[in-house]
Amino acid sequence: MALSPPPASGALPPPLKESGQREVFCGLTSIVWLHRRMPDAFFLVVGSRTCAHLIQSAAGVMIFAEPRFGTAILGERDLAGLADANEELDRLVAQLLERRPEIRTLFLVGSCPSEVIKLDLAKAAERLNRQHAGRVMVLNYSGSGIETTFTQGEDGALQALIPLMPASSEQQLLIAGTLADAVEDRLIGLFHKLGIERVASLPPRRSTELPAVGPGTKLLLAQPFLSGTARALVDRGAELIRAPYPFGVEGSRDWMAAAAAAFGIAPAQVAAVLDPLVERGQRALAPQRETLAGKRLFLLPDSQLEIPLARFLSRECGMELVEVGTPYLDRQLMAEELELLPAGTQLSEGQHVENQLLRVREQRPDLVVCGLGLANPLEAEGMATKWSIELVFSPIHGIDQAADLAELFARPLRRRAALSFA
Amino acid sequence: MELTLWTYEGPPHVGAMRIAASMEGVHYVLHAPQGDTYADLLFTMIERRDKRPPVTYTTFQARDLGGDTAELVKRSIADAVARFEPEALLVGESCTAELIQDQPGALAAGMGFGALPIVNLELPAYSKKENWGAAETFYQLVRTLLKPQLPAPGTPKPDTARWRAEGRRPRVNLLGPSLLGFRCRDDIREITQLLGSYGIDVSVVAPLGARPADLQRIPTADANVCLYPEVAATLCSWLERQFGMACVRTVPIGIGATVAFLREVHSVLGLELPAELQPGVDGVCEAERRSRLPWYSRSVDSTYLTGKRVFVFGDATHAIAAARIASRELGFQVVGLGSYSREMARELRAAAAELGVEPLISDDYLAVEAAIAEAAPELVLGTQMERHSAKRLGIPCAVISTPLHVQDVPARYAPQMGFEGANVIFDSWVHPLMMGLEEHLIGMFRHDFEFVDGHRSHLGDGAPAAPSEPALAPVSAGAAGLIWSPEGEAELAKIPFFVRGKVRKNTETYARERGLAVIDSEALYEAKAHFSRN
Repeated sequence: MALSPPPASGALPPPLKESGQREVFCGLTSIVWLHRRMPDAFFLVVGSRTCAHLIQSAAGVMIFAEPRFGTAILGERDLAGLADANEELDRLVAQLLERRPEIRTLFLVGSCPSEVIKLDLAKAAERLNRQHAGRVMVLNYSGSGIETTFTQGEDGALQALIPLMPASSEQQLLIAGTLADAVEDRLIGLFHKLGIERVASLPPRRSTELPAVGPGTKLLLAQPFLSGTARALVDRGAELIRAPYPFGVEGSRDWMAAAAAAFGIAPAQVAAVLDPLVERGQRALAPQRETLAGKRLFLLPDSQLEIPLARFLSRECGMELVEVGTPYLDRQLMAEELELLPAGTQLSEGQHVENQLLRVREQRPDLVVCGLGLANPLEAEGMATKWSIELVFSPIHGIDQAADLAELFARPLRRRAALSFA
Repeated sequence: MELTLWTYEGPPHVGAMRIAASMEGVHYVLHAPQGDTYADLLFTMIERRDKRPPVTYTTFQARDLGGDTAELVKRSIADAVARFEPEALLVGESCTAELIQDQPGALAAGMGFGALPIVNLELPAYSKKENWGAAETFYQLVRTLLKPQLPAPGTPKPDTARWRAEGRRPRVNLLGPSLLGFRCRDDIREITQLLGSYGIDVSVVAPLGARPADLQRIPTADANVCLYPEVAATLCSWLERQFGMACVRTVPIGIGATVAFLREVHSVLGLELPAELQPGVDGVCEAERRSRLPWYSRSVDSTYLTGKRVFVFGDATHAIAAARIASRELGFQVVGLGSYSREMARELRAAAAELGVEPLISDDYLAVEAAIAEAAPELVLGTQMERHSAKRLGIPCAVISTPLHVQDVPARYAPQMGFEGANVIFDSWVHPLMMGLEEHLIGMFRHDFEFVDGHRSHLGDGAPAAPSEPALAPVSAGAAGLIWSPEGEAELAKIPFFVRGKVRKNTETYARERGLAVIDSEALYEAKAHFSRN
């Protein structure tokens, strides 16, 4: 089946800007996938019992014998005197490093309480680096809910790594954003086939093997929530490749083609490598499209993946977009995506969850993409839902994964259709 | 500052959410940053609730901190009251808001909501935890609602037998069941039925399923039942002091405790003890026949349960009850007893002393796992975390306590309390073990080649290796230079895998004390005799 996506007009109504209660995770949640990407790193949140409880509730921590993340829980005495808090942190880090000698990089992760009491984790990292020089690298970033949402935590963690990246002016493609290892291997293989020889990734699989960056680096973002990372890498000399994000057949093809163009690779070579994949990807997508086509979709703001997913689900799966929420709208990083959205798509930025749920009830979409707190209540009201958190854990990037990505959205609809208690 | 990889209890405001979400007509405005909304999923995912918890978060951001966060709090409160029209309003803050001191409770009180009862919750997030927060919230809410009814000082205590004079059945309140509590939904039904069968009515069940108006009826009952002390003990003591309400404190988990509970209820209400609750000549009362546990435990298949080594850990109420059932009603040997409930450490220590074990009061799951490994039990009764630890150690486990997991909210009726609760407990604790006849057969045929070490055919988790056990070598070096002879090793290998680690350690300790260089089978038997005398 050939796809004929509707022509994008670029004429979108102004986004609905709302402020009120937000129903999103904070940036600490990114630790859940970052620690899997870099098994030699440890993420130490400096925060409260709430932070510890959040991460374990979002991550199902019990399956780990000893997770590679934890919380230094502030107590009343730490709040009374900051000098003591720093001493306490030093003691606790020493204890942790003794217990876990395999740790090579330690991220001190700032939280809401640590920010409010102005505990300077950058200074703490400097001090701890002196104390543990040669054995572990100590970095810091903020995952606090007063400054970051959900996926922005990864943006912060990557920015903490950038100053440590060696300088090099060698020609290379740098992919930024956590990918599942298998997907990464596949994509790198494809870039090699296209004729791009040097391909590096940030974050790397080992925290100590950071890629180089410099004037020869062409930067390709695998995730749409890395605004700060992109800026910092451009400051180090990298050149940002403008492209849609690698979700779906079309987005992934355009993403790889944009990289190829940046390296001066002939379109014929790109077509020779990618066209068979596109054809196969569309074939795999067809059965999912049958379930999804014509169905109405409402995306609540959560993971910041909403706009690229809406583009994929409308253009390649035939879904009708009721509202596309996003925690924040970075027009620069989303430019190529916004152009591809069907004319008239209603975006909303920020959140007033009560008002938004009223719109959901009024519109009665066939599928709502939302956080875990809202899914069962909406199901109970008769609407099928897809948890947004699954999208950041599943391998969904690339042409070969397009059908799997669509299946994540088709499954709730198929399940509803399959159940019968008559 | 304390390093935490995982925590048994959430912060105290999650305890407050449990009270609000358990009830109808209550709304909670929580001054908190956006990430704190994660707590909704505890209710909608773990409890599979079909509605959002009745909580409005202010979700303030860094940019609000420069401006007027108090204004944001007031706006959120006004919106929530207008939108949800609560019958009672809880106002509080999470850990971060506590630091910026907007005092949302005081703000709410000044907003002119007229007769709307407003509870200002001050739950210190940096020193207290979830269960404390639940208990404090429940107490503060009831206190606010009962303020107009407070008896004047010196008012005589109400007569707990006044039901007789009033020509009605006696009635009690069941206090403490809440969402995210262990099997509360089914316990309420079981205890209500049980009391009903003795002619006792249940007046108010709270917080689960109650409205604020129900809480105002609390003093009309003849007594309170403190069903879950972690949540209700603070309130029950206050009702005892201020309203003179008698309180039944025996928690009816297990046969002995259920009978003791019924006797206490009868005595408190001035009811004559029915014949079936009176101890017979052998100390057994007829009522225990309402459960199958006593007979199943006496039946011959259960002889294999005798002396099984059991490690118990959970919230204090369930852990203490489990230890009692394990040692007295199932004939297990309790080799460890612990709890993460510091508020009830005293009760747990007393229970441990009675059983002659060292109490473990800790919220560090790694310390608990280490204590389990050290005690080398054959069964662990713990929380979901101990289930994971036990799996790693290759020991069967049954879950007896919160923190709640989606598995702990079964579709079927599965109380822990009362006589049916005892049936549920028998099944869920005994099934992870090998059944008597099966164990007997495996004992007989264990030297046949089909039966490898640790063979447990019906347990899905595969044959576990004994924990921390080095591979069998012809001559192996034990700890601190001790040598096991091949014949000593062979003898050791005949010992069941689940106690082998313990026997090896004991034997090595014995050998060191005696200055033995090589451990042979004789040394092993000497050590065995030595330790069995203790």
